[in-house]
Amino acid sequence: MTDKELLKIDNISVNYGNIKALRGVSMNVNEGEIVALIGANGAGKSTLLKAIVGQEPLVEGSISYDGEMLYEVKDKHYHGVPTYNVVKKGIALVPEGRRVFADLTVEENLDMGAFMLKDDALIKRKKEEMFDFFPILGQRKKQKSRSLSGGEQQMLAVARAMMSSPRLLLLDEPGLGLAPLIVQEIFSKIKLINNEDKVTVFVVEQNARLALKSSNDGYVMENGVIVLHDEAKALLKNQKVRAAYLGE
Amino acid sequence: MGSVSLLFQHLMNGLTLGGIYALIALGYTMVYGILKFINFAHGDILMVGAYIGLFAFDALRGSTPLGPWWLVSFFIAMVVSMLGCALLGMVIEKVAYKPLRKGSRLAPLLSAIGVSFILSNGAAWMFGTHSRKFNYPFDNSPIHLGGVVITPHQILILVVAIVMMVALKLFVDKTKMGKAMRATSLDGDTAKLMGINSDMIISLTFGIGSALAACGGMLIALDYKVYATMGTMVGLKAFVAAVVGGIGNITGAMLGGFLLGLLETFGVAVLGIPQGFKDAIAFAVLILILLLKPEGLLGKVEKEKV
Repeated sequence: MTDKELLKIDNISVNYGNIKALRGVSMNVNEGEIVALIGANGAGKSTLLKAIVGQEPLVEGSISYDGEMLYEVKDKHYHGVPTYNVVKKGIALVPEGRRVFADLTVEENLDMGAFMLKDDALIKRKKEEMFDFFPILGQRKKQKSRSLSGGEQQMLAVARAMMSSPRLLLLDEPGLGLAPLIVQEIFSKIKLINNEDKVTVFVVEQNARLALKSSNDGYVMENGVIVLHDEAKALLKNQKVRAAYLGE
Repeated sequence: MGSVSLLFQHLMNGLTLGGIYALIALGYTMVYGILKFINFAHGDILMVGAYIGLFAFDALRGSTPLGPWWLVSFFIAMVVSMLGCALLGMVIEKVAYKPLRKGSRLAPLLSAIGVSFILSNGAAWMFGTHSRKFNYPFDNSPIHLGGVVITPHQILILVVAIVMMVALKLFVDKTKMGKAMRATSLDGDTAKLMGINSDMIISLTFGIGSALAACGGMLIALDYKVYATMGTMVGLKAFVAAVVGGIGNITGAMLGGFLLGLLETFGVAVLGIPQGFKDAIAFAVLILILLLKPEGLLGKVEKEKV
């Protein structure tokens, strides 16, 4: 494991109208790690991921990736790469609520994940890899994705993100609304993606125990502020975390 | 004429008319699918398309006798007209709609009505208020097939309309850009995450929709006159066709177009609705569909899934 900083979030703030959704948030994601961000509903976790892909403008601070400035605020003006160019940098987001293209088939969803790739043979190979990795998707490749179960849709959303061969995979609540066994299966796949494909993972999750158990590093967010940062193992033992997020 | 052949006759007339409605309805429905916005200048684009086609055809004809080459010239004029209108549609979007995209949803709608006035009045100013006719040197004498009378124009309209629709369907279903168009229409924010530039997709949509309108405009001009407001009523009816089929749904727009053409033809010929009330049929159908199935025949009820 290297200690190279892949994603560096430096003192960012984001507003929703008059509400300050994020206030001076700083964090790092090192190459090769799985980093978890936990926190209650409405703490600002999704907003942070949206800021990383350019869907929410910063009012303060900066975000850089692999040493390159992605977004910054200069003279009170926000400058950043457009969202459709973020995936070309090697960052893929699995959005909250899965957001698969419901009227497109499973295979077409994967095609969209590979939109920026030009090599048809490579796209075909990547699709086969995904069908091996998530066999259920292979069985259903000609089905419209609206016909899939929630867990299958989540797998499709992950596979779709993986089609672009990202270096950094962002996941927004991958376990939301899914049965515990399915959530575990999805997290084990995420660990495999990290271990075998060497993809750095940043996961936002309400299921704090599972997220921290799967991660190297963890952050806790409350009301738009990072209140705790430690190794994931240490956070699992932290009294405050145990009381507030692990239900002990 | 026997009643069966009469039925076929009406069917033929209805399908021809419907094919034109369908071509134009596609532009409304594709733009709506992506932007949730009705481009009320769409009917005027077909008028511009008819003018471009007319001038291009005249230029190609020149003073030389075309002989059997009229058809080739007609298709070259059609390509010129479609390219011209594709460009026009994309420019209109960039100038009149894009700057308003972040504001209220009413703003681009009003802007579209403004563009519609600019186009129709601009055409009247530039080309005069008199109507023109395509100077086709070709023979449109009816062909008798069994008991059915069909004109070469009708054959041309049907063939062109069907070829265009099949090509569009193949593009949207099979190509990468077509899939990206559908993805953007389903969920624009997520499409951007895939690296799809939605501005580019929107331009493409306006380009294709306007090109199809131009094609429709030229087909109308085969049998009707070309004048500055020729697109108004046809545009409105094609909009009705798009709503009837389920706005945002491409197959729906095709279905709605043909259905409307058939209803108009059969309404007059079979139900005996006076010719003067022909135009009211489309709007009666619109009222009925809005009452009974507001999402349209193939439209889906918008559901918020959490």
